[in-house]
Amino acid sequence: MLEQLAPRASDLDAALLTVENLQSWYGESHILHGVDFHIQPGEVVTLLGRNGAGKTTTLKSIMGLIGKRTGSIRFRGTDIIHASPHKIARLGMAYCPEERGIFSSLNVQENLLLPPRIADGGLSLDAIFELFPNLKERLASQGTKLSGGEQQMLAIARILRTGAKFLMFDEPTEGLAPVIVEQIGHTIARLKSQGFTILLVEQNFRFASELADRFYVVENGKVIDRFSKETLPANMEKLASYLGV
Amino acid sequence: MLGINTQALFGQLLLGLINGSFYALLSLGLAVIFGMLNIINFAHGALFMMGAFCAYFLLTWFDLNYWWALVLAPLIIGGFGIVLQHTLLRRIAGLDHLYSLLLTFGLALIIQGVFLNYYGSSGLPYAIPAALQGGTNLGFMFLPNYRAWVVVVSLAVCLATWFLIERTRFGSYLRAATENPQLVSAFGINVPLMITLTYGLGVGLAALAGVLAAPINQVRPLMGADFIIVVFAVVVIGGMGSILGSIVTGFALGIIEGLTKYFYPEASNTVVFLLMVLVLLVKPTGLTGKAT
Ligand SMILES: Nc1ncnc2c1ncn2[C@@H]1O[C@H](COP(=O)(O)OP(=O)(O)O)[C@@H](O)[C@H]1O
Ligand SMILES: [Mg+2]
Repeated sequence: MLEQLAPRASDLDAALLTVENLQSWYGESHILHGVDFHIQPGEVVTLLGRNGAGKTTTLKSIMGLIGKRTGSIRFRGTDIIHASPHKIARLGMAYCPEERGIFSSLNVQENLLLPPRIADGGLSLDAIFELFPNLKERLASQGTKLSGGEQQMLAIARILRTGAKFLMFDEPTEGLAPVIVEQIGHTIARLKSQGFTILLVEQNFRFASELADRFYVVENGKVIDRFSKETLPANMEKLASYLGV
Repeated sequence: MLGINTQALFGQLLLGLINGSFYALLSLGLAVIFGMLNIINFAHGALFMMGAFCAYFLLTWFDLNYWWALVLAPLIIGGFGIVLQHTLLRRIAGLDHLYSLLLTFGLALIIQGVFLNYYGSSGLPYAIPAALQGGTNLGFMFLPNYRAWVVVVSLAVCLATWFLIERTRFGSYLRAATENPQLVSAFGINVPLMITLTYGLGVGLAALAGVLAAPINQVRPLMGADFIIVVFAVVVIGGMGSILGSIVTGFALGIIEGLTKYFYPEASNTVVFLLMVLVLLVKPTGLTGKAT
């Protein structure tokens, strides 16, 4: 009954993550002016938008890394808008930052093992080395001695171990060679098939369009439009104008 | 090798090694604290002194001997450090270095002032534990057992701390949080708690050094103030924040001081500072420091 009367509300009830009227500040500068979106369990959702639109800030706000934030962020039914990052992470989400965040004072193995297990069901090391065979040969190297592509793989690999079932990737293909982009694409597709829920930020629209179920367009710190995989082809022109491509 | 009095030379070397043990423990604590909290802990000398007083109080008030003090004083003073961090230092995290300098320096003055007020500037005796009294004749020199013990304990504790930071899981959290605390907290690690514990660890090392020093230097309110100036020079020479660098530099400078005392005693009080100036001229980040 409820479903028929208010389909959107029930949509949100079932959502894994619901972000409503999210506003964020870096010190005095007001960056997010009301971001709204949600993700259902098992979905891949992509945030699109020009440089500086507020996509990274949105991910950081969800993770609790932005000092001042208001609005509502509900994750698995818990309001996390005021929670500290380590508590948010322990609810079962993991974050792969835009700058990759490989630690130079840790070797590859230590980088890989750094994030603690927060739930059962994370990938085993064997499964990770199957996804990223390069890493296995470089375990003793200093983390930042890896190539850009390897660093990105390491940044992805280390959050797969943790048991978090909700993953956020911030521009994982930025600046990487096409073969590596493809490898990362396969990895994300495989994670989706294994039931992970993924929030992806991408500038590489072609890459995202092959993976995502739904798309949100962010501009000036707001979500200004949304598309599903199905409605996308009919709206390519609109999207191109949003992204300025 | 005419004219070298081996007895006196080894005597000075040993003295240098003892001082080096304290330099190493203290600069190691400073390095651990600097790495994680990004502050220079000017209260370190006062906390070292509190470690020695803690041993004295444990003995006179609770009849707990040296061996108890060795374990309890670092825990008690480390706990005191945790309270200081949680109530005061935490509030100035992220502000300019000047704030932490003023705060920790002010704390040092207050702590020393309180102890001076109650105990004056003369020393309180603290006996060498019975098991470590006496000495061993090595043939070329007489080695007091307690002094050998200080060197061994200091080396062992320094190496254990190095191992903790460079080779364990907790250490990998620590090193990672030194680089990027936000990301480490996003992995589910309670970074503020780690920062507090790290300060406690650094303070505990200072207190341990204080207990070790009590039977040698007597227990005096200004015993830390005398030491700490040299220790800061050690830290500058070794490179702020380097674990192994601070250990090696601490011992090395103690030995260099000892050798200077033998060969050119006039310079023994200044040699460390001369070296500091030299190092700063050649490599401003210190011998093992990385450019930031
Ligand atoms: N640390 C910061 N301090 C102040 N402003 C920032 C900071 N990081 C990003 N910004 C600003 O916030 C806006 C959104 O940035 P960001 O979320 O990184 O955009 P996107 O990821 O969509 O490219 C930009 O105008 C950027 O200049
Ligand atoms: Mg970004």
